[in-house]
Amino acid sequence: MKSGYFPGCTLKTNAKNFEDSAMQIMEILGQPLEEMANWICCGTVFSMTTDDLMLQLSSIRNLLRAENQGYDELVALCSMCYNTLKRAKEFILNDEENLRKVNDFMYKEESTFKGTTDVVHLLSILKDRITFDEIQKKVTKPLKDLKIGAYYGCLLLRPKELAIDDFEDPSIMEELVDTLGGDGIVFPYRLECCGAYQTIIEKDVTIKRTYEIINSAREAGCEALITSCPLCAFNLDQRQKETSEEFLEFSTMPVFYFTELMALAFGIKWNKDWTKLHYVNPEPFLKKKGLI
Amino acid sequence: MTLKITRENIKNSLVDKIEDISGQNVFDCYQCGICSSGCPVTDYMDFPPNQVMRLVQFGCVDEILNSKTIWICSTCLQCSTRCPKGIEVAKVMEALRTINLRQRGGTLNPDDLKSKELKDLPQIALVSAFRKLTG
Repeated sequence: MKSGYFPGCTLKTNAKNFEDSAMQIMEILGQPLEEMANWICCGTVFSMTTDDLMLQLSSIRNLLRAENQGYDELVALCSMCYNTLKRAKEFILNDEENLRKVNDFMYKEESTFKGTTDVVHLLSILKDRITFDEIQKKVTKPLKDLKIGAYYGCLLLRPKELAIDDFEDPSIMEELVDTLGGDGIVFPYRLECCGAYQTIIEKDVTIKRTYEIINSAREAGCEALITSCPLCAFNLDQRQKETSEEFLEFSTMPVFYFTELMALAFGIKWNKDWTKLHYVNPEPFLKKKGLI
Repeated sequence: MTLKITRENIKNSLVDKIEDISGQNVFDCYQCGICSSGCPVTDYMDFPPNQVMRLVQFGCVDEILNSKTIWICSTCLQCSTRCPKGIEVAKVMEALRTINLRQRGGTLNPDDLKSKELKDLPQIALVSAFRKLTG
């Protein structure tokens, strides 16, 4: 099984802390991530139109390049990359005519698209292949007394055909937090959309979503959130600035990528550069918990 | 007055187009409203999703194409996942946006973004918004 890592655009910039921490934990778990060559943007959002194949090309081109590089699977960290690549693959492979048309655009690639490379999310690899028992063995600094809410958002679970867990009642991320010695808290708004790209034209929508989601988490007892989506992270973390301005009684909450907390639990030193990518400074929280 | 709703007298070519682009039969909807009850952004919509479905069934496509709802929908797929009739409501929303984007243009003009915003926003936000909201 040859496994390739698909970073996607934002993991090289605003979510560099996600990539760095994931690389380090996978090294410790003995399955280092190997980045595929010549990847391009996956498209970020899957197009649900049946008649516009142009919008599928970037995903398919990535999958084809992965095929040609001999990868049996592509591992995505970003929920949006996972969702977009996987849905594009299913959509194109399920219709011979679509497959033929898409391949007409692939004339500069080494071969035509066959769809032999699977798309998997890192969380599935952690649970199903590495297993939480093995992960537990690597924990040197348990997340003791950390009450963490897992924010799934949309794209790990919907559409339900590609959900990495039960699409209405998932537990994979809470189990992971428990494995790391923390307390994974279920809160009501954990599956609800953060407002996604409305953050650009309807900022008010995302501010209100952030307000509701963070408050829902706090009321359930969460002290911090984890996520696997850089757009959710942007809305839930960076938009807390505007949320605090809009709702004066709002108090902020740190938002992490799940891999950052894994890294801490594995005894990896917190990287100051990661802090810079957070809006809500996580260091006071981590200090209080004795993790840094 | 009795209004008889049948495929023949209600359907117009734009409804055909919506069904064609979305791959969904909008006449499957029986107005249970579960799409609207699960939708997290109805506060910002002029019509909740079940009413969009109803207006499409009646062929009132202009009302829908001019509505704010289709642009506020962020394709979180909660509606599609929960519909007891298996209608992918989010695909209908996508079709309505797509018809708009093809015929009238989108709601996001990249020139309107300030350089400060462009510096702060992650690519994932920009690319997804451009893909869904620009013609």
